[in-house]
Amino acid sequence: MSAAKTIVQTLTITNLSKTFRIDNNSVKVLEDINLTVEPGEFISIIGPSGCGKSTLLRLVVGLDQEFTGEIRLGDNHIKGPSVNRGMVFQEARLYPWLTIEKNVDFGLGNQHSVEEKKRIVAEHLELVGLSSFANAYPHQLSGGMQQRVSIARALVNRPEVLLLDEPFGALDAITRINMQQEILRIWETEKTTILLVTHDIDEAIFLGDRVVVMSKRPGSTKTIIPVNLPRPRDRNSYDFVTLRKEIYTQFFADVETPFAYSI
Amino acid sequence: MKKISEWLKKNILALVTPIILLVIWESASRLGWVRATFLPPPSAIFATLVELMESGEIFINLGISILRVAEGFIIGATLGVLVGLQMALMKKFRIAVSLMFGILRPIPVFAWIPLLILWMGIDEGSKITVIAIGSFWTVLISVVQGIKNVDKKYLEVATILEKDRKTLLLQVMLPAALPAIFTGLRVGIDVAWRSVVAAELIAASSGIGYMIMYARELSQIDVVLVGVLSIGLTGIIIEQLLSLLEKRLLRWNVNLHE
Repeated sequence: MSAAKTIVQTLTITNLSKTFRIDNNSVKVLEDINLTVEPGEFISIIGPSGCGKSTLLRLVVGLDQEFTGEIRLGDNHIKGPSVNRGMVFQEARLYPWLTIEKNVDFGLGNQHSVEEKKRIVAEHLELVGLSSFANAYPHQLSGGMQQRVSIARALVNRPEVLLLDEPFGALDAITRINMQQEILRIWETEKTTILLVTHDIDEAIFLGDRVVVMSKRPGSTKTIIPVNLPRPRDRNSYDFVTLRKEIYTQFFADVETPFAYSI
Repeated sequence: MKKISEWLKKNILALVTPIILLVIWESASRLGWVRATFLPPPSAIFATLVELMESGEIFINLGISILRVAEGFIIGATLGVLVGLQMALMKKFRIAVSLMFGILRPIPVFAWIPLLILWMGIDEGSKITVIAIGSFWTVLISVVQGIKNVDKKYLEVATILEKDRKTLLLQVMLPAALPAIFTGLRVGIDVAWRSVVAAELIAASSGIGYMIMYARELSQIDVVLVGVLSIGLTGIIIEQLLSLLEKRLLRWNVNLHE
C-alpha cells in the first residue's frame, strides 16, 4: 500500500441539532452534539436505538444537509457529499450487476488513468483480502466478504474520514470478530479517521480510541469515555471488563425500564 | 445433445399432454366421429404444413409478419424507453402527460386499426404503426415503474461517491431497472405479435393473418389451422429467444437462476 498521501484533518462538530418533520410534527433527533475528532482517531458511537446515531453519520457524510450547528473538516464546512468522506452501511449495498472489481472501481473518480484505476482497485482488493474474487458477482460472496468489498469501495478515494454505520450488525458473531480485527488492520494501514456507529458495546470498546455514549432521543453526546487500553485489546482483561461495566451503567441509566444486567 | 436429454427428463410431461390430445383427435377423425371438412385430422394438417413449407408460402407469409413485428416493435420500444425515462426522471413531464396517457393507454390497440387504415391504407405503414402503439405502452410502463422502484440505497451510494447525473442514470438506474424493463419488452413483443395478426386479419394483402383469411374464403380449413398453429409456434420461438437474451444480459440477476 502506498503511503498515505492524504493529509487527514480534524473533524469538528459544533452545536449540531437536527429535526425531522413527520406529518406536520417536528421530531428532534439530535440535540447539541459537540465532538472534536483528532486526525486518524477511531471513535465509536453507541446509543439506544432511535437516538439518531445513524442520522449523525448521514449528516457528516453529507447525505442530509438540513441541520443547525456546524460540521467542519479542517476549516471547510461540510455542505454535501465529497469523496474525502467514505461511508459503509449495515448492508454492503454493492451493485449486483457489477463484478467485485467493477464495484470497487465504481468508487473511484474520473481523475485516474485506466492503468492507475486498475492498480488502485487491485491494491484495495488485496487490502481486504479478496483479490481472488475480483471477477465474482456479489451474490456469490458471503455477507462478510460483501462487507469487505463495501469497505474497499469506500477506501479507494483515500478518504480522510471513514464513516461506518453498524457495518457488522448483520454478520454472525464469529465473522463479526474477524471483521473487527480486519478493520483495525485497515485503519492502521490507511491512517484515516474513523467514526463507527454500533449497538455492540464490546465492539465499541474493542475498536475505539474513545467511546461516545449518546442519550436517547433527542440524541446528544452524553458521555465520552476514553479507552486507554493498548492494542491488541483483550476482551476479557480486567481493564476491558471494568470499562464495559462503566459503559453499561451509562447506557442503561437512560433506559426507562431498567433491568439487571449481569456480565 | 446432453442438454436436450436433460430437458426431456425434466419436461417429459410437457410433451405427453399434446401427444395424447393428438392421438385422441386423430382417432376421432379416423373413426368418423368428426367430419374432416369441420376439423381435419392432425395427419392431414401436418401434410398441409409440409406442402406449405415446400412451396415456401408459409415462410414467406410468416417472414412478412415477423418483419412487421420487428419494425413496429423497434419503433414502439425505443419510443417507450425514451418517453418512459423522461417520465420517470422529470416530474413536470410526468404530470403534463398523465391525463393524456391515462386516457390513451386503456384503448385496445385493435381499436386503432380502422383509423390507421383510413389514414395510411392497408400497406405496411398502418400495420407497423399498430404494432408500435401496442408495444409502446407496455415498454413505457415497465420503464417508468422500473426506474421509480430503483432502491434508494443504491442511489445514496452513488451520491456519497459524488457521481454526476449521467453516471447515476447509465450506471445505476438503468442497470437496476433492467429486469423490470426486460419484462416490459417481453410482454411488449407478445402484444406486438398479437397486434400484427389482428391487423392482417382485418385488412392485408400479405402476411400470416392474410394467409388465414384467404384460406377461409376458399374454405381451406386445413390451411386455416396450419396458419393459426404457426402463429403459436412462432410466438414460443420469439419468447425463447428473448429469454436466452435476458439470461445473457442479466447474468447477475440471481432471481433468474432457479
